Parts: sequence; C-alpha cells; structure tokens
Amino acid sequence: MATAAAQHTARTPAHDARGGAPDTDAHQRAFDAAIAADERIEPRDWMPDAYRATLIRQIAQHAHSEIIGMQPEANWITRAPSLRRKAILMAKVQDEAGHGLYLYSAAETLGVSRDELLDKLHSGRQKYSSIFNYPTLTWADVGAIGWLVDGAAITNQVPLCRCSYGPYARAMVRICKEESFHQRQGYELLLALSRGTPEQHAMAQDAVNRWWWPSLMMFGPPDDESEHSAQSMAWKIKRHSNDELRQRFVDICVPQAESLGLTLPDPDLKWNEERGHYDFGPIDWDEFWQVIKGNGPCNEQRMAQRRRAHDEGAWVREAAAAYAAKHTHDKEARRG
Amino acid sequence: MTAQPADTRTSLTTVSRETDVPAAAALALGDDALVLSHRLGEWIGHAPVLEEEVALTNIALDLLGQARVLLSMVGDEDELAYLREERAFTNLQLVEQPNGDFAHTIARQLYFSVYQHLLYGQLAAGDGPFAPLAAKAVKETAYHRDHAEQWTLRLGDGTQASHERMQRACEALWRFTGEMFQPVAGLDSVDWTGLEAAWLESLEDVLRRATLTLPEGPRSAPWAAGAGRQGVHTEPFGRMLAEMQHLHRSHPGATW
Repeated sequence: MATAAAQHTARTPAHDARGGAPDTDAHQRAFDAAIAADERIEPRDWMPDAYRATLIRQIAQHAHSEIIGMQPEANWITRAPSLRRKAILMAKVQDEAGHGLYLYSAAETLGVSRDELLDKLHSGRQKYSSIFNYPTLTWADVGAIGWLVDGAAITNQVPLCRCSYGPYARAMVRICKEESFHQRQGYELLLALSRGTPEQHAMAQDAVNRWWWPSLMMFGPPDDESEHSAQSMAWKIKRHSNDELRQRFVDICVPQAESLGLTLPDPDLKWNEERGHYDFGPIDWDEFWQVIKGNGPCNEQRMAQRRRAHDEGAWVREAAAAYAAKHTHDKEARRG
Repeated sequence: MTAQPADTRTSLTTVSRETDVPAAAALALGDDALVLSHRLGEWIGHAPVLEEEVALTNIALDLLGQARVLLSMVGDEDELAYLREERAFTNLQLVEQPNGDFAHTIARQLYFSVYQHLLYGQLAAGDGPFAPLAAKAVKETAYHRDHAEQWTLRLGDGTQASHERMQRACEALWRFTGEMFQPVAGLDSVDWTGLEAAWLESLEDVLRRATLTLPEGPRSAPWAAGAGRQGVHTEPFGRMLAEMQHLHRSHPGATW
C-alpha cells in the first residue's frame, strides 16, 4: 500500500511541483512503470487518453450487458414454477441491476456520466454482450443462462479482478462472488430438471443445446481477429487471450455436463491427451458477427424494451430532479 | 412436493407446532403478500431508473418471503400458490390491481405499506401465532412505507405532470382501500377501527406534504360485497394467475 501511495503521488498531475503544464513524458513513464510493477491505476492518476477510452468502452459495455441481461431472465419471473425458484430468480436479476450500478459508478470515475453512457446505449453507439440477443424460450433457459452464460462470464471476469484500473478491479471482485453464486444456482436448476420427469429432462437438454455455442462466442473472436486484445493485454486490462479463456471454459464444462446427465451439442468434442485439453468443433463466426450487427433473434426487442423503459420513466426522473432542486433550495434558504 | 431448504422452513414450523394457526388469516395475509410481490416482479426490467429496479425488487422479495412463511403455516406453499383457483384467493383487491404507470404503483404501495406496517405493528406487539413473523415483517414494511412515502413526495411535489399523475393514481385506487379494514377472522386482537383511523391520519399527512389532495370518493361500497377477502376479485387477477400458474400446472406432480 505504501508503495502504491508513493506512486500515486508521483503520477498525479495535481502534485506537479512546478505548477505548469504537466510533463507528459514523465507521467507516461510513471504510468508505464506502474503497469509494469502490477500496480493499480486510480481515478486521479494521470493515464493515457487511449487507456481511459478503452476502459470507458469496456466498462460501459459491461454495465450495459448487466442491465440488458436482466431482460431474458426477467422474462420468466412471473412464470417461475415454484416460490423458491421465483425468489432465487428475482434475487439474481436484482443482483444484475446492482452490478449495473457498480459498473456505471466505476465508469463515472473516468469522467463519464451514467446518463451519457445510457444515451450511447440507446442510440446504438455502445454495445452490450451479444449473448442477450438470444431468447429464453423455456424455464430451462434460466438454468442454462446461469450455468453457461454466467459460467462464461466468470471465466472472463475473474482475471479482471486483477485489472490495472483500481475501481474496475474492485467492482469485479464483488461481481465475481455474486456471479459464481448464480452459476451454482443455474447448475442446480438444470440438475433438478435433468433428474425430473422426461419432459423436464428434455427441456434442460434443449436449453443446453441452444445456449452452448452462443456461450462459446462470449469470449469474442479468435485471437488473430480480435481488434482490441493486444493493447488491452499490454495495459493489463486484459490478462488472457480470448482463445485461452474459451478453452478453459470448455475444459470446465465438459465434466459438469456429464454430472448433469446432459450432453453438449458438439460431435467433435473429445479429450486431447497431447494438448491436455478438450478439442471442440468450429464456431460459426458468421452467426456471431450477424448477431453483433443487429440481426440476432432479439436485438430489436431488447433495445425497444430498454428505450421504452427509459422513455416512459422520463417523467419520474424529471419529478425526482425537480423535487430535489426545490428542497435543496429550501434547505439553503433555511440556513440563510 | 419439493423438499425445501431448512432456512425458509425453520421459523414457521416453530410457529405452527406451538400454536394453532388460524388458516383464514394466514391465507389472507399470505395472499396479499404473494400477489403484490408478483405485481412488483412485473416491473423488473421496466423501472424508470436503475435504483428502482433494485428497490422494487427488494420489496417484492420481502413480500415473497412473508408469503412463503404465511402460506406454509396452512399447507404446501406451492400447492397453495399454484393450484388454487381465482375464487379461493383471499387477497385484497388493491394488491391485484395492475401496475399502471409508476404513480399507480407507488399509490398502491403507499396505501398497502402503511396498512401492512400498522397491522404488523399490532400483531408483533401481541403474543398470537403471527407475532414472530410480524416482528420481522414490521421492519421490512417500515422500509416499504418509507420508500412509498418518499416517492409520493417526489411525484406529488415534483413537476406539474408528475403531480397530476400522482393525484390521478391516488384517486383511482382509493375505492379499494376500505376493504383493508374489514376484520379478518383469526386476527381477533387487532383493533380495526383504530387501524383505520391511524391509516387515514398517515395518508392525510403524507398527501398534504406531497401537495396532493386526499381523495373523496367512497372507500368501499355495497356492490363490492366484501370483495377480495371473500374471494371476489377484479378481472385482471385471473390473467395474472393464468400467467403465474401456467408452467407449474403444465407439469402435474413435477418438482422444480
């Protein structure tokens, strides 16, 4: 901590002893040294513009994914088949709203407001995880999302707990704890279905068949086609490559599917003794790019619901702001 | 049915073993909580601001927790929630009313949370079978009440548009509020007249501070025939149950 504090001082423009224009080269050297030493960059530290922009893009996309990700699961809240499952699902979707709050706050430390980011989401200038453009067709999809989608998210996100930007890394610690809880709940939901009636088992298998490949796509394009990866790894925002994480996820899921009594929809899936990993079949990257471009089954529906909620809530937010303004004024008047 | 984890069942088995639970009262209070929780759950993903996604879900989860304890005092919580027909539910008509706009949701919550907070306050002070549940629920409902009051102030005393919406919502739901003070069989210790007076006093105070007018229309009527507590509901309730019960009923005997 002491080292970090000393570095912090050195990297903070406010502490520029000469009081003139900050010495960018010196700041860049201090920043590079901090990254090399695996120290955290904090909000008031100097950072390159491109580093800031990359973080804003990534944290915003992550925050947007949390709030859009509420939709496919909330689709089943009013139809949850037992009160226990209903409570678990509501609590899970609530956690996602909470994650959205932490992440928008983390982005605010970089100088961009939640309103600006939401505006970019609503106008299509910022994206959210493409996985949420797939529909939840049956109750088992709630389990498949928990097991596979949250599982893939955790594989992606655990390394972010060591991300070089402090507020993001700290938000991720809390988020990962909750996500791993969600993943276990999803697994347990699928297990109950798999061991249930033949109809329930079929429902679980169908959901896994539909969510498997989109979950593998969540790790992003192959390393040689990933546009932001190299720079993000150099900045220690990202710690492992897309393909590395995807392989890790496959290796974790295969034995779990066996324990669930369910199969994964890939005839090429088999253990490779030499590599010490499971081999898996080719991913349909055309589908991936199509869904990203807006042609997935639910892109329009998700955005329409998000914009509608925002637009229909405008009068509520205006009322809250007007009330706060009036009453702040009252308090100030009372103080004289 | 499904084996339940110990945490949700412990407190209620203690209650039901040691005391003779009046079933009608447990169902009435349980159905209120179950149905309002469901309605609030419909908001998830549609709230006007992210903080309200969290807050409305919090209230829904508290109410669902109360409902599970209360229904389990009488029987299997899932059989009661998913396999009863509309006419067997004894919740107030107020709680089954569709969400409407945010003002309607807040007005419904204000009317109900003030009532529930006062009622559970009385039950918690007694030594009847509902006292342990009420002791916990009264803390939850204090928060629900505060949330609804704060929003009533913001909407009532916010913009002209929000003021008009909030006034309309208070008027629209007013006619469902008389039913809350019909004595519920089995809650013999409750002073219903005192409850109603305290509720009215609170409502007058909050609405006045919110620059709103206390509605003047009837709060119950002969045509209502006692309504929800007697299993007579409004049309939207049947559709709500159809959605809620559909999956459970499609797989008879399955565990989830």
